[in-house]
Amino acid sequence: MRAKVLVVIALLLGLHLALLLAGFVAPYDPTAQNRELSYCPPTRLHFEDGSGFHLRPFVYASAVVMEGDQAGSYQEDRNHEYSLRWLVTGPSYKLFGIYESTVHLFEVDEPGRIFLIGTDAYGRDEFSRVLFGGQLSVSAGIVATLITLLAGSIVGIIAGYYGGWVDELLMGVNELFLSLPWLYFLLGVRAFLPLHLSTLRTFFLLTGVIGLIGWARPARLLRGVVLSSRNRNYVLAARGFGATDSYLLRRHILPELFGLLLTQAALLVPRYIAAEATLSFFGLGVNEPAASWGNMLSALQQYSVLVSYGWLLAPAGALVVTSVLYSSLAEVFHSRLKSHTT
Amino acid sequence: MSYILRRVLRAILLSFAVSALCFLFTEMAPGSFFDEMRLNPQISPETIFALRSSYGLDQPLAVRYARWVKAALHADLGYSIAYNMPVRPLLWSRAKNTLLLTVSALALTWLISVPLGVWAANRRGGWVDKAVALGSSFVISVPELVIAVALLALVVRWRILPVGGMMSADSDAFSTLAKVQDLARHLALPVLILVLCEIAIIVRHVRASVLEVLGATYVQAARGLGVSQGRLLFRHVLPVAANPAISLLGFSLAGLLSGSLIVEVICGWPGLGPLLLEATLSRDLYLVIGGIMFSALFMIGGNLVADIMLIAVDPRIRKEGADAR
Repeated sequence: MRAKVLVVIALLLGLHLALLLAGFVAPYDPTAQNRELSYCPPTRLHFEDGSGFHLRPFVYASAVVMEGDQAGSYQEDRNHEYSLRWLVTGPSYKLFGIYESTVHLFEVDEPGRIFLIGTDAYGRDEFSRVLFGGQLSVSAGIVATLITLLAGSIVGIIAGYYGGWVDELLMGVNELFLSLPWLYFLLGVRAFLPLHLSTLRTFFLLTGVIGLIGWARPARLLRGVVLSSRNRNYVLAARGFGATDSYLLRRHILPELFGLLLTQAALLVPRYIAAEATLSFFGLGVNEPAASWGNMLSALQQYSVLVSYGWLLAPAGALVVTSVLYSSLAEVFHSRLKSHTT
Repeated sequence: MSYILRRVLRAILLSFAVSALCFLFTEMAPGSFFDEMRLNPQISPETIFALRSSYGLDQPLAVRYARWVKAALHADLGYSIAYNMPVRPLLWSRAKNTLLLTVSALALTWLISVPLGVWAANRRGGWVDKAVALGSSFVISVPELVIAVALLALVVRWRILPVGGMMSADSDAFSTLAKVQDLARHLALPVLILVLCEIAIIVRHVRASVLEVLGATYVQAARGLGVSQGRLLFRHVLPVAANPAISLLGFSLAGLLSGSLIVEVICGWPGLGPLLLEATLSRDLYLVIGGIMFSALFMIGGNLVADIMLIAVDPRIRKEGADAR
């Protein structure tokens, strides 16, 4: 059990580090197009050529076959080898949006190209796009979760702590939000907001909308915990000794919420990543040329693309990995919370 | 009886609140359907103004809302600007398909998950239980979008089922039986995706509630009296365990509706989802409101049905209702 927890945490850290350092890990700019290399399949790494085995892997250039019965498919040009190099300079990028750098984890010798998981319709490197898209999708999930938990805890604490008509009013509104199918509601709210915005504004708009729609469930759960902890004997005693509301909330009630908040966060992040991906998939989220896992998948809405270019499912794989990791984390938190309270 | 009445009242109140919320959002919205027209130099501002007033959009929010509610009570949901026809027939023609999809998915989900949950709980720790636990924890964490795209990819690649639409293009020539078969084949993939999205949660809940009841003293007493395992499970345990599962019905409706939106768009099923998506993209105000209202009503109605079913199944609630009176 303990080993499993450590593995999950290590994988999550690795994933987030790779996404955070997307510019460094990705060999290319996510928007750089290679029109003559559209839908190029994943580049194969070779270790052996005519002269024997090499420790340093290399790739061959891919080019479209122009004639013959295989016209239109890609074939490797075996005349030139392009070696893989670690930590070399390449296209410039900005780390964390400020720190400019040109060092990449790996590149191949110019003019060779390495597409680890192929290219999309515009010949953009899918691997780089998955990393940069993940940066956007995952951070959208995290920011939206923070918004939800903030809104949810404000409402939940007020309703649970003060009770009475405030509680009834807030829980009425709560039920209203719970009784809406969230995706329809999300779509509806999105309908009334401008469609084409800069990526940054879309990001904040999306996270805001997704985060604010989801406040109801955590608010309800938090209210329950506050309600029960408010009537604990030591809280009543402290109140009897003249403790103020803010003291009681700070010292006795908020610490009780911590475990629940963590569990909810681990549950909500993957759900909100999926929500962003779904909206972007529908063309209501992040617009091209910026990458997000959702708008990358929307290329698959054409059945022909779906059948012929399987590597474009890579963002779906990334979504699955992220979701499974986060929900394992949520399970860990949940079992801790249970063993702690009982 | 008063319990049902209270529930119905609450459902009505909720429906009003949802519609009010929809209108509130339209008021806060910065753009409108006519924005595109305004950019067109061939359309004069007067024309746009006249159009706006013909749709009643120049009125203040409260007036618009009051008018809409009054009309909606007469089953008139307003006028779609993009389709240039009343919203209700437009919605209804699509909603039928969504209902067909969600109701068949719901039925199939419960038909599979209840026996599976009971089986897993009955043989706790056995291989069925372990397989269910493992499978459900994986399926729960995979986003619906991914399930849909992945299944679609498989089906399209292997060409096992038709994809897109409800009927084959040449289905008019088919006999009635062949038409039904054709429909079922088109229905299979979207239903399969929806069932896969929902089933894990339900199986888990059924299993948990059956397990809880199996530990109750009256079950042990019945077992001591020599009641057979099958009779024990289905006569004594399942009716009691059904209580939390039925409350889940409303919840699973919400999941199904949201899931069906994704599935319909991806599989090209002509339901509410694609219509609402189009309406969203073209900012077709009343159509969007109608679509949301319809889905909300469907959910509120589903919850109400679940509440009423609870009364039928669980005498404790009937008693509580009588006490409240």
